[in-house]
Parts: sequence; structure tokens; C-alpha cells
Amino acid sequence: MATTVHEPPRIEEQVERHGDRSQLTSDSGNGWRNVVPPDRELRLVQEYAPPPASTGIWVALAAISMSFAALTSALVVRKGGSLDWRHFTLPTILYLNTLLLLASSVTLEIGRRRVARFMGGSKNQSASPAQWLYITLGFGLLFVAGQYAAWRQLSAEGLYLATNPSSSFFYVLTAAHALHVLGGLGGLMRVIHKLNRLTLRRSTLDATSRYWHFMDGLWIYLLLLLWAKL
Amino acid sequence: MHDMSAHAHVAHHAPPTSFIRKHIFSLDHKVIGKQYYGLALVAVLIGMFFSWLMRIHLGWTNYAIPGLRLLSSNGAPGNVMTPEFYLQLMTMHATIMVFFVLTTAPFAAFGNYFLPIQVGAEDMPFPHFNMMSFWVTFVGFLVLVASFFVSDGPTLGGWTQYAPLSAVGSVGGPGEGTGVVLWAASIAIFCVGQLLGSLNFITTTLDMRTRGMSMWRLPLCTWGWFITSCMGLTAFAVLMPACILLILDHVAGTSFFVPSNLVINDQLQPHSGGSTLLWQHLFWFFGHPEVYIAIVPGMGIVSHVLITNMRKPMLSHRVLIYSMAALGVLSYMVYGHHMFVSGMNPVSSLAFSFPTLMITIPSTIIVLIWLGSLYGSKLRINTAALFSLGFISMFISGGVSGFFLAQPSTDIMLHATYFVVGHFHMVMGVAAMFGIFAGTYFWFPKMFGRMMNETLGKLHFWLTFVGAYAIFMPFHYLGMAGNVRRYQAFAPDYMQPLIPLHRFITVAALLTGISQLIFLYNLVHSRFWGQPATDNPWQGTSLEWSTPTTPPPHNNFGDQLPEVYHDPYQYGVESSVGDYVMQASHEKVDTAHEEA
Repeated sequence: MATTVHEPPRIEEQVERHGDRSQLTSDSGNGWRNVVPPDRELRLVQEYAPPPASTGIWVALAAISMSFAALTSALVVRKGGSLDWRHFTLPTILYLNTLLLLASSVTLEIGRRRVARFMGGSKNQSASPAQWLYITLGFGLLFVAGQYAAWRQLSAEGLYLATNPSSSFFYVLTAAHALHVLGGLGGLMRVIHKLNRLTLRRSTLDATSRYWHFMDGLWIYLLLLLWAKL
Repeated sequence: MHDMSAHAHVAHHAPPTSFIRKHIFSLDHKVIGKQYYGLALVAVLIGMFFSWLMRIHLGWTNYAIPGLRLLSSNGAPGNVMTPEFYLQLMTMHATIMVFFVLTTAPFAAFGNYFLPIQVGAEDMPFPHFNMMSFWVTFVGFLVLVASFFVSDGPTLGGWTQYAPLSAVGSVGGPGEGTGVVLWAASIAIFCVGQLLGSLNFITTTLDMRTRGMSMWRLPLCTWGWFITSCMGLTAFAVLMPACILLILDHVAGTSFFVPSNLVINDQLQPHSGGSTLLWQHLFWFFGHPEVYIAIVPGMGIVSHVLITNMRKPMLSHRVLIYSMAALGVLSYMVYGHHMFVSGMNPVSSLAFSFPTLMITIPSTIIVLIWLGSLYGSKLRINTAALFSLGFISMFISGGVSGFFLAQPSTDIMLHATYFVVGHFHMVMGVAAMFGIFAGTYFWFPKMFGRMMNETLGKLHFWLTFVGAYAIFMPFHYLGMAGNVRRYQAFAPDYMQPLIPLHRFITVAALLTGISQLIFLYNLVHSRFWGQPATDNPWQGTSLEWSTPTTPPPHNNFGDQLPEVYHDPYQYGVESSVGDYVMQASHEKVDTAHEEA
């Protein structure tokens, strides 16, 4: 049976030796954590602990993925066993909306990099760093408006929520996605607000943009699903 | 000790000063934990009261229960329960117990209070989400209770709400209209609350551990909560859209779950083509993990309590953790065993039966580790330890009947009988309750700074332990004798001879219920007049016993977060404080079991 003996760990020394790194990483919102192993020497085991916003957003996205996976499997099961499934052509405006959302991801990425440079202390910014975020916000709003137009178009064709299982799933999936996009718009506004008050943290910015890109990817998936299944 | 700057920007919030921010809309995980406990306490009393009413009705069908009329406008003419009202009470009993007691108390209540402390954090990383988590859950509870006040009362469809009956509206029976909509809304809201909670739990465990606290150095109950929150995140995320689809079938006229040409009460239903099995798949994909959401926190709590009282670690810390995680993963693959009699393809039954038998392996490993560790240990017999032993006893007794139910051939005979009712009440219901009791007796001194009365506690244990067996063991016999579940009365047929046994169960249930008054008295009396507790009354090692005050201050550890130098359960060593060394102790000790 292994017997290990503890020396009182010399934390201070270790912190000093790695002081510059912890300084650097805590500035950028990341944290390296020391794990004191049970053996004699106090090694600095670097267990990477990302800022909670970063982990939190992945956890949230996992939950959202599960919800949409559940709806997808519901669609597959419902379609598979039924004789009443009616196919319909997706409104063309959806493809335009897709382009808008893709464009918003591009502008957000540009904005995110500019803001990151701004936060890093770069001064040679001609315009406000939030400029591209406003453009993203605009694209996002246009996307939601475009989705609304698609719903209007379908209802003008007589396809309502309860008309047919295919239209039911169309409305449920697109509305669930649009609600999540609206949530993302809220997050984006919060980022802009914090940026203007100079209280924005890098991890918040990154988490918000990760969420936004995910909504983009989710929409592509939903579009393919609807295109293939409806 | 290191300063708190590393996490200060995420979890730091100043102590509140106003009453509302301090006790009602609090951001403090400890207050939120206590709020969850309070909600669970109210819910369990309501749920138990409903079970009494049902038991009285099962024993003495025509007995007029004084005042029963007050609960339902048309469910109890002359205070005698109608069959529909029986089913409504059954549905509410199950829904309240499963969601608002077995999920909130062991997971949300104790997890909220102790997980951040045990990882050495100041609070959860998203305290506003945490506050919302409780209040959203509370609103969910109110919505559920509100269904008692709509015209035809709450839903009678059972906590599983099988379609199509749950999706056709009031033609399906009293409560199948507005009652189901309120039920589904309540559960969807509840899911939001638990998703927010799980998000916080997972992030706290991964990111908020203090220096030196590696994952393997987390106490077993923290592991239990962590694994549970991973399950909660994925399971509630599936149930929520399912509930929304169910609501849409009611209010928007969609046909997700109602098949074509369905005639109910001589009325052709306007829906077409829906899949009744779809609801079952969505529900049980959540429903089986939910069983483990109820039991895994209990496993963690019981392990933690037993180790502290055995004064030695479990035979294997890691295998216990791996086994709990295996339960979590397998719980998603076995859900179809709830549907053996649903008309599912028999090949699917076989496919679900195999992992169901597999899941007994990690369960058995966990039990063997408990028993093997207990063997030869000098267990301190206090109330928390007794309830932990009770947990193991219930888990084994209820688990053994699971072997029979895991096989489709025997399940077909037993599924619709009291055998299943006995099985899940013991393995999930009573076992999880014992976990809650063990946690309460163990952590009460830390939560309220006072000791609970041990004599009353032991009396409470023995009455509850004997009572629970007296109630639920005969259920298995009833099931094998062919007693169908969900029947509100027994016509003069083959079930008639079983009525005396039902009466015995009813008396046992009433007595066991009454003995819970001892617990309530102990809880309230100790809260105000109990013996003052020291910081570490059980000589525990984990960080909750290292707080500077008892109960812990607003930010848990005062000015400086603790640092961790030891495995969670270093008992049986020689140190300056006794036979244990605390995780946050600097002391140089000869330790035999440090592996993390």
C-alpha cells in the first residue's frame, strides 16, 4: 500500500513562478488552476478551467440540441407511420433568410474580432467597435421578420398550424428556432450595452457569438430537414 | 489560502440587506437550496395527503371521508370518492412526488446548498439563473395546483399522460381538457427551471472548483449531483418540447399524438394520423433518466454520510463514481422497458431488455461497494447513518423486483399490476426519500447551526422503515395475485379476497404518515430550540465542514477560499484533530488511500 507524505505545499512560490501566466490568462478571462497532487513535490498541475460563460454556453447549447433532436425524431416518427402527410414547397423567402443569417454570422465574426482588438488595447479603430455588432443585430432582426413573412405566405396558401402534420412541424420548428434567435438578439444587445459601458468581458462576447453561430448552423440543419422531409 | 480574485468577477455579489433580496428573491445558493427544500416539504405533505385519501378509498370504498367535497366540486358527492376523482388524485400524487419532491429535494435543494461549498466556490457562476430556477419551478407548482380550481378538476391521465386520452380534450374524461393543458404547462415550466439549475450545477462543478480541488477530489455527493445534472440537462430538454406538442394538440388542433378515426364516447375525433407511441417514446426518453435523477443524488448523499460515520473511505472511490456515471448513460438506453406492453415491435422490446439487464451491473457494483465497505467497519449509529442503511435496504429490495420486470416475458404479466407499483415505490420513491432524510439529519447542523434531536430521529427512522416495508412489500404479492393497478375499487370477483390486505396497507400507510409528524416536529423544534451545533459535528472532512461560521457566511468561506490538499475521505489516519484530516488542512499526515 503506497504511503505518501505531505509536505506543507509552497503555494506562494509556485504562484510567483507562474505569476505572469496567471496574470495574462486572468486578463483574457481564462483561468489556469493549480491542482496540488498528493505526492511530496508540489507540482503545478495545469488543469484548464475555462471561464464559466464559456462552459455555460456549451452546456446550454447541448440542452438546445437535445430539444431539437427530440422534435426531429418526433417528425421522423410522425411522418413514418402516417398516411395523412402532405408535402408542400417551402416558401422561397426562406432561402433569402438563410443568406441573411449567414451574413449575420460573418458580420458578427468581424465585429467580434474588432471588439477583441479594441479590448486588447488597439487604438487604430476609425469607427466604434460596436458598428459591426449593430449590423449583425440588423441582419438578425431581418431574419426574424423574414421568417414572419414566410409564415404569412404559408397561411395565405391556407397552410396553418393544424392544417397538416407537415405544416405543424414547419411552424413548430421554425418558431422554436426564431425564439432562440430572438434570445440571441437579446444577448447581442446586452453585449453592445456592456461594450458601450466598457464592462464587457471577453468570455461574454465569445459565448454570445458562439450561441449566434450555433443558431446559424441549427437553421441550416432545420432547412435541410424541412426541405428533405416536408 | 488564496484570494478570491480568480472567480470574483463571476460569482461575487454583495450580501443583501433588504428582507426581500435576502429571503425571497435571493441570489445566494444557500437560500435557494432552502427554498427548494421548503417547496419539497410542502409538496410532499400534499402528495402524502392524497395517498392517504386513495388508500382509505381502496380499503373502504364507500366510506365518506369528511370534508372530501372541499377538494373537488363534483368528484366527491356526499364525500365519497368517484372513480374519476380517484384517478385525479393518483395523477396529482405521482406528478407532485416525482417532479416536486424527488427531483427538487435531493437534487435541487441539497445540491444547491452544498455543491458550491463542497467544490470550494463562493457561489454558482450564474446566480440570477439560479434564482430564476427556483421561482420558475415554484410557478410550475402553482400551475399544477391551479388545476384543482378549474371546472372539472385536474387531469386523471396518470403522471405518464399517455396519448391519445391525454390529447383529445374533455371528451376523454374530467380534467382531460384544461386539466391536461395545465399539467403540461406546469411540467414544461418545471423543465425550464431544472434546465437552468442543471446549467449552473454543471458549470459550477467544472469551472468553480477551488485550487487543488481536482475532479477526483470531489466528494461522492458532488459527483452524484454532477451526474444528475448532466442527466437533467438532456432529459428535461426532451420533455419540454413533448409537453409543448401535447399542449398544441389541445389548443391548436394539431394531430401529433391522436390517431385517425378515433372514437371516444361515441364521438369521432377531428384529429388524424397522429402517433400515440410517439408520446410514449418522448415521455420515457425523459422518464427513465428521471428515475435516476431521483435516485443518484441519494446514492451520493448516502455514500457521503456512510463514509463519515464508518470513518473510512469506500472500497473504491473511482469505481463508485464510474458506476453512477454508467447508470446515467445506460438510463437513456433502457427507457423502452416501460413500453413492453405498449404494442411496440417485440424486437424493440428485446433491444430494450438487454441494456435493462445491463444496468443491474453498475447498480449491483454500487451496492456491493457499500456492503463491502460497511463490512467490519465500526459504524457510528446515528439517525443519518440509519437512514443511509435504510436507503440501501430499500434499493436492494426494490431493485430485486426489477430483474423480473426487465424481461418482457414476465413484464407482460406483471406490468399492469401492483407489482410494478411496489417496485418503483421502493427503489425510487422510498429509497430517494430515505436519501432526503439522511441528508436532512446529516446537514441540518450546517444549514441551521443547531442539532436535530437524535432520539426522535431514531424513532422516526424505525417507524418509517418498518412502515415503508409494511406498505410496499405486500404490493408485490398483490401484483402476483393479479391485482390490477389504477383500479379504484374491487368488484366482487377474484380481487375481492385481496381487500383485507389493502386494508392492512391502508392502516400501515396512515400510521407511517402520522409518524412523519415526529420528523416535522423535530425539524421545527430543532430549528429554533435545538442544541447549538459546532462547525464540524460529525468530524467530516469535506469543505462544507471548513466554513468559518455555521451556517456558512454569505460568501461561504469569508475572505479567502480554501485550498485543497487531500482526497475527500481521509479517515482512519492520525492527525492533530483526530482520526481524520480535512480536505483543506495543511497538515502533514500519513495517508494510505490518496489516489486523486
